[in-house]
Amino acid sequence: MTGSSQDKAPLLEVSGLSVDYGLKGVSSRAIDSVSFALRAGEAVGLVGESGSGKTTTAMAIAGLLSPNARVSGGQVCYRGNRLPIEDDAAMRPHRWSETSVVFQGAMNALNPVHRIIKQIAEPCMLKLGMPRGEATARAGELLELVGIPADRGAAYPHELSGGMRQRVMIAMALACRPSIIIGDEPTTALDVITQAQILKLLGELRSQLNLALILITHDLSVVAESCDRVMIMYAGRIVEDGTVAEIFAKPKHPYTRLLIDSIPNPANGKKMIRPIPGDPPNLVNRPSGCAFHPRCPSAMGLCATDVPSFDKFGRSRVACHLHRSSQEDKVAAHA
Amino acid sequence: MNGGRTSRHFGRILVRAIITLLMVAVLNFFLFRVIPGDPASLLLGGARISVTAEQMKAQRQNWGLDRPLFPDQAVDYLSATLRGDFGYSFKFRGRRVADLIVERLPATIVLVSLAQFIAIVCGVMLGLYAGWRRGGAVDHIATGASLLLYSTPSFWVAMILIVIFSTALGWLPGYGAYSPGVSTRSLDQVLDYLRHLTLPVSAVALGLIGQYVVVARAAMSDVVTEDYMVTARAKGLTGGQMLMRHAFRNAMLPVVTLITLNLGYVVAGAITVEAVFAWPGIGGLTVEALNARDYPVLQGVFLLLGASIVLANLVADLAYGILDPRVRQ
Repeated sequence: MTGSSQDKAPLLEVSGLSVDYGLKGVSSRAIDSVSFALRAGEAVGLVGESGSGKTTTAMAIAGLLSPNARVSGGQVCYRGNRLPIEDDAAMRPHRWSETSVVFQGAMNALNPVHRIIKQIAEPCMLKLGMPRGEATARAGELLELVGIPADRGAAYPHELSGGMRQRVMIAMALACRPSIIIGDEPTTALDVITQAQILKLLGELRSQLNLALILITHDLSVVAESCDRVMIMYAGRIVEDGTVAEIFAKPKHPYTRLLIDSIPNPANGKKMIRPIPGDPPNLVNRPSGCAFHPRCPSAMGLCATDVPSFDKFGRSRVACHLHRSSQEDKVAAHA
Repeated sequence: MNGGRTSRHFGRILVRAIITLLMVAVLNFFLFRVIPGDPASLLLGGARISVTAEQMKAQRQNWGLDRPLFPDQAVDYLSATLRGDFGYSFKFRGRRVADLIVERLPATIVLVSLAQFIAIVCGVMLGLYAGWRRGGAVDHIATGASLLLYSTPSFWVAMILIVIFSTALGWLPGYGAYSPGVSTRSLDQVLDYLRHLTLPVSAVALGLIGQYVVVARAAMSDVVTEDYMVTARAKGLTGGQMLMRHAFRNAMLPVVTLITLNLGYVVAGAITVEAVFAWPGIGGLTVEALNARDYPVLQGVFLLLGASIVLANLVADLAYGILDPRVRQ
């Protein structure tokens, strides 16, 4: 399938993944038939508004689905092996050793009552079986790696700035030498300058350690700076997937185009932000056909009735009826 | 964190404690005199022989109650208290208040600290577990039972315990601290004391357990939803590791505050239960003094209670600082 023609076999392959959340008897589909592949060392941005399913997708990959989540279809394969993402205990060996998560460290993701060095050393001791002294030494090295002097390790989280805490979070994520790091809005609570520093650090570490990065954000400009590829999610589905260059230059899906238009860019003299009309979709009672059709400026009759297929165009994919005809050409060409 | 700032911080806490105690002393003086009733007539009125108005007046004069409340009596009381002189009891004639308190204090400390210990161990463990497994069977039972116990007056629990275990079953004594005739200085005496202690300790502990369960459960169920618990899970920790390494200490913060604050009540925390069991402690003394309007004894007991609560608050401040690095400023 996807990635078979690539030079490297995918590190991670998500195929047809659907996750439902049950709440008081009402079930809502958080992600629906999500498929993508991630190669080693690749940086992918996962972009969408609140409730679009980007966090659920990432948490499913990390094996951190909440107890009320149910995988209703599809699978996640890591290095060719299917991950038991629904089994909390069975996922434990995978967590942090293979996939680690950089949470919003600026908030409350660090334990307030433990020194940061101890929190970084903890996975080295518990997962790698290092003795305390060795684990602490490694934690010190990791702190240096993210630009914090090792002797600051004695500090408690509240004694550090938001940017420093985010660096600590990154150092912690590197502790067990994972191959995938998921950044769950890692720069959201930071000011623009700190945000740029953190993204730069992530980029450097990524090339240095050949890490694959999945960056969850609702900020397209963050993706433009630090990712190779972007996946745009809407109402639990990936609606467009392509390289950063392609997506920003020639967005195919109307939603992507509107998202790009809503980035303020004073340099272009574009002072006004153009908001996307309408409200985010209701996941319990999702719109028929293409979920974006009630807000889409280019909606046609077909959009309200038929779910668009997710079709390939060169190296990118898009799910939109506007791009149907060309897809049929492609299918014809292939056949 | 430099020495100068720390000592200034402690200086401030100490000054505040002293001011609080002074206010307690002043309030104690007026509080008991506001209660209707006259010590002299209560003491002499119960006598079989008739007492003349002259004799009554002489008694009041003797106690200094004929002089104006303010400034004469109040100033006398305050200056004596500041000198560490708590005066003489009205009811227990000729006995110094300090001696009475020192005599009664051990019985209360044994009773309340044993009950606190049992309540802390059982209540905190139960509460933490209920909060960790919120919505489980243990949670439902523990929460229901502890709310019931929390809202039940402990003297009533004491009476029920007496009815069941002392009157009906006859297993345990329901009155006093010693049985008459048990030889002194022997193991028998110790066992006898423990048997007498069982029901009062149970009554006090049952009243306290509910409080600990409620606070520990609330603290733990807050901690469980914190972001750092998600981090701990993502790090691949097992449930037990998450509980012991990350949840426990955070959940203990409010619990430790409650424990240290409750330490203040060790000197007089079981007034009603002591009265029900005729336990020879501070509680019984307080009730007797209250019935006789024995102002000096009441003032002494309440000053002691005030001082130990102020001290407990101090300890709570310090303990919180040790456990939570965020308040160590």
